[in-house]
Amino acid sequence: MSAAKLEMHAQSMSELAACLDRGDFTSVELTRTLLDRIAKLDEKLNAFITVTAEPALAAAARADKARAAGDGGMLNGLPVVHKDIFCTRGVKTTCGSKMLNNFISPYDATVVEKMADAGAVVLGKSNMDEFAMGSSNETSFFGPVRNPWDLARSPGGSSGGSAAAVAARLSPAATGTDTGGSIRQPAAMTGTVGIKPTYGRISRYGMIAFASSLDQAGIISRTAEDAARLLGVMAGFDERDSTSIDRPVPDYLGGLNESIKGLRVGVVRQHFDAGLDQACGDRVKEAIAVLESLGATTVEVDLPNLDLSVPTYYVVAPAECSSNLSRFDGVRFGHRAENAKDLLDLYCRSRGEGFGDEVKRRIMTGTYVLSAGYYDAYYLKAQQVRHLIADDFKQAFAAVDVIVGPTAPSPAFKLGDKMDDPITMYLNDIYTIGANLAGLPAMSIPCGFVDGLPVGLHMVAAHFGEEALLRCSHQYQQATDWHTACPEDFK
Amino acid sequence: MKAGWETVIGLEIHSQLATRSKIFSGAATAYGAEPNTQACLVDLGYPGVLPVLNEEVVHMATMFGLAVDATVAPRSVFARKNYFYPDLPKGYQISQFELPIVEHGELYISDAEGKQKRIGITRAHLEEDAGKSIHEGLEQNSGIDLNRAGTPLLEIVSEPDLSSAQEAVAYMRKIHTIVRYLGISDGNMQEGSFRCDANVSVRPVGQEALGTRTEIKNLNSFRFVEKAINFEIERQIEHLEDGGKVVQETRLYDSDKDETRPMRSKEEANDYRYFPDPDLLPVEISAEYIESVRQQLPELPVAKQRRFVDDYGLKPDDADLLTSSRALADFFEAAASATDAKTQLVANWVIGDLSGALNRDGLDIADSKVSASELAGLLTRIHDNTISGKIAKQVFEAMWDGEGTADAVIEAKGLKQITDSSAIEAVVDEVIAANPGQVAEYKAGKDKLIGFFVGQVMQATKGQANPGQVNQILKAKLGS
Repeated sequence: MSAAKLEMHAQSMSELAACLDRGDFTSVELTRTLLDRIAKLDEKLNAFITVTAEPALAAAARADKARAAGDGGMLNGLPVVHKDIFCTRGVKTTCGSKMLNNFISPYDATVVEKMADAGAVVLGKSNMDEFAMGSSNETSFFGPVRNPWDLARSPGGSSGGSAAAVAARLSPAATGTDTGGSIRQPAAMTGTVGIKPTYGRISRYGMIAFASSLDQAGIISRTAEDAARLLGVMAGFDERDSTSIDRPVPDYLGGLNESIKGLRVGVVRQHFDAGLDQACGDRVKEAIAVLESLGATTVEVDLPNLDLSVPTYYVVAPAECSSNLSRFDGVRFGHRAENAKDLLDLYCRSRGEGFGDEVKRRIMTGTYVLSAGYYDAYYLKAQQVRHLIADDFKQAFAAVDVIVGPTAPSPAFKLGDKMDDPITMYLNDIYTIGANLAGLPAMSIPCGFVDGLPVGLHMVAAHFGEEALLRCSHQYQQATDWHTACPEDFK
Repeated sequence: MKAGWETVIGLEIHSQLATRSKIFSGAATAYGAEPNTQACLVDLGYPGVLPVLNEEVVHMATMFGLAVDATVAPRSVFARKNYFYPDLPKGYQISQFELPIVEHGELYISDAEGKQKRIGITRAHLEEDAGKSIHEGLEQNSGIDLNRAGTPLLEIVSEPDLSSAQEAVAYMRKIHTIVRYLGISDGNMQEGSFRCDANVSVRPVGQEALGTRTEIKNLNSFRFVEKAINFEIERQIEHLEDGGKVVQETRLYDSDKDETRPMRSKEEANDYRYFPDPDLLPVEISAEYIESVRQQLPELPVAKQRRFVDDYGLKPDDADLLTSSRALADFFEAAASATDAKTQLVANWVIGDLSGALNRDGLDIADSKVSASELAGLLTRIHDNTISGKIAKQVFEAMWDGEGTADAVIEAKGLKQITDSSAIEAVVDEVIAANPGQVAEYKAGKDKLIGFFVGQVMQATKGQANPGQVNQILKAKLGS
């Protein structure tokens, strides 16, 4: 089966699983192939912070053994990459920061544990914006990640390393995290599939916190089917995370082939205003037409408070991050300044040296909005607006099953373009942030190109509506082939 | 205190809750382990870890709320109190701020005139303790022991209803008794399981506005509370009378010098930036839950004291003493139920000889060398005239020293009371014969000498003659 061997890296997880089952190749061969690709190609991308070749090959060998014995879970022998925000026992876990450049986690995140139990082979840890704060992957201490579609451009962020690795066929899928769009925006910019499930669907235990009430783990893959496979493994209640929700995990794969005939699709009036690149808007409209051709009905819906989502987010997220990042004080782990004069000096210099500019900007913003005298005006007000935004969605979902629109206002932008202008950078998440504020599941899938750069179609569903998102995406991918497009240098 | 001034005091009591594991992690809470051996990744504030509430603390706080007639909140919220300190691993303490679990409680203490005085309890909230910084024995370095980090605390905040150090101590003792009755805290003050901060201010009598207060931190004995507050009252009055102003500040009590001193101001210039902890869900408590906790509440000190007076006919003060701890009250009741002796006699023995022996040996009632049933056995022998009260003390000491039950000691030492009239008469005759001079004086009218004769008889019988009978027989023989 040499033909299959040649194209191993181009296959989806489901296809790979079938190949492994058939014995076309082994997990060890597959793993070695991908490790070789990473060794050869990642210098162009900088998608990895750590490559875990040895443990990956050992896991692959175990998976092959299990498969031979008729055992093995849903991911048995299948390669994945973990965003470097997930704690991995015995492996450096940096969160993209100098602060944790020396941090070897003593434990596995629940997500890591569950995927390992299902037989996954972890190729490495992917690059990301520092502490997941960024939309371009340029805030990483380990340097920016480059977009496989145009190496001069950003892959988006913060899960840019995961997205670039999947787009470049270095891994069939990767984990990501999404606080304001950090899975969906890079997915859109790299032509991959990204899903952020309902808040509480996947345990946050072991995922280094940025903004606890918004953070949610998710997946970047090339097909909705692979996202469904992974979500089934990752989702579920975890007694170690009080905010995870005790609710049965549906059979996401099982429902994919149902028709979307009669699915009520909401198109947000406010999504197609002046802020959106017109060509991107056209791709999205074409995608909506495809959904209609598959039997979906479209309805126009209103999200009147949408314009408040970015400012609201930039109060809530920094507030939580200013507190969440207090533990990085140079005392127990992470970067510690040398020759500290006293305690204050130790704190100031350890944090001053360990954190980058964007992280510092957000810690300062967050500290400010929580301060005595400002709390009511900013934090409390933002929480109130958050309720309004959630109510908007609730009303919209009374009439529709899925809300669709663009994932990002434009295709991938050039590296360095927006680094000096945080506000424009923040506006990149305007379409995605609402789902985080309301805790809703949302997904981005590739829906075409503008000037050779991928465009993403964004979909949001009501709480625990992942099945609708996955089915709609899968049906769309059965009718289109945008998701099979591969950047020229990574074929 | 100087005339013309009055004092206003409020206490914040920190009571460690007696859970086996910590408030937000599964690590053990036992005291005295090697540093950092009882701290898991959650307690260490490692990246990615999350707190999970130990449900037991909700149960305990609910019990406390009911015991002080407070409102137990149907919904309370954990908040983060943000500040940097090396023994605070996360850079914030998880506490409750705007919505505490317990509010609007009260209890009664006796004031200086012995009248009942109501003390309001503003709130009680759940929080985690911090670790400990260790400076001793580490040259130029500080150590951190995080065993205590994450230990559950109930912080009980009083209204500023206390007017003297004595009242403050009386209030603190009441709370101490309540938490131990409920079994929600061991109340061990040496180990820091029960400690308080005192807010103290003074004002001229008649002035309505409160004076500027100072806060004395971390008082861990009733004696220190009293001394620190008294020192602080005097200091403030003296300062004000000299034309000075009281500065609102945090002070520490130095028990060696018996004085309070300001803490460094840097440590209190904090804006804690409280906000609801997004890692924890609000605590929701149903009316049914509260009712079920109420059903399981043990009898509380006030009710028990009243019952001891009503049912056992005890003096109110004795009932008060006996109900000061649940273990002591249980001991009394166990002893009283196992003997026909009068309950007041049982009370006298528990408060008197038994408590004396415990104090002498530094023992807790739970470790008493004489059990309740053994004490009851002794008191039964007083009741049935086998021994006198005086001999009983001798028997008790022998029992305390492990020489056996009352009956065994009486038997072994031959301490049984002589009630045989002919035997007593024989001794009386000997005494009369041996003291002709005194007999003559007595007969001449010196009645007081009867005591001398009784003493002689008792001496001759080694105290075992029944005193009533001795008196009677002597009077009969001397009078004839």
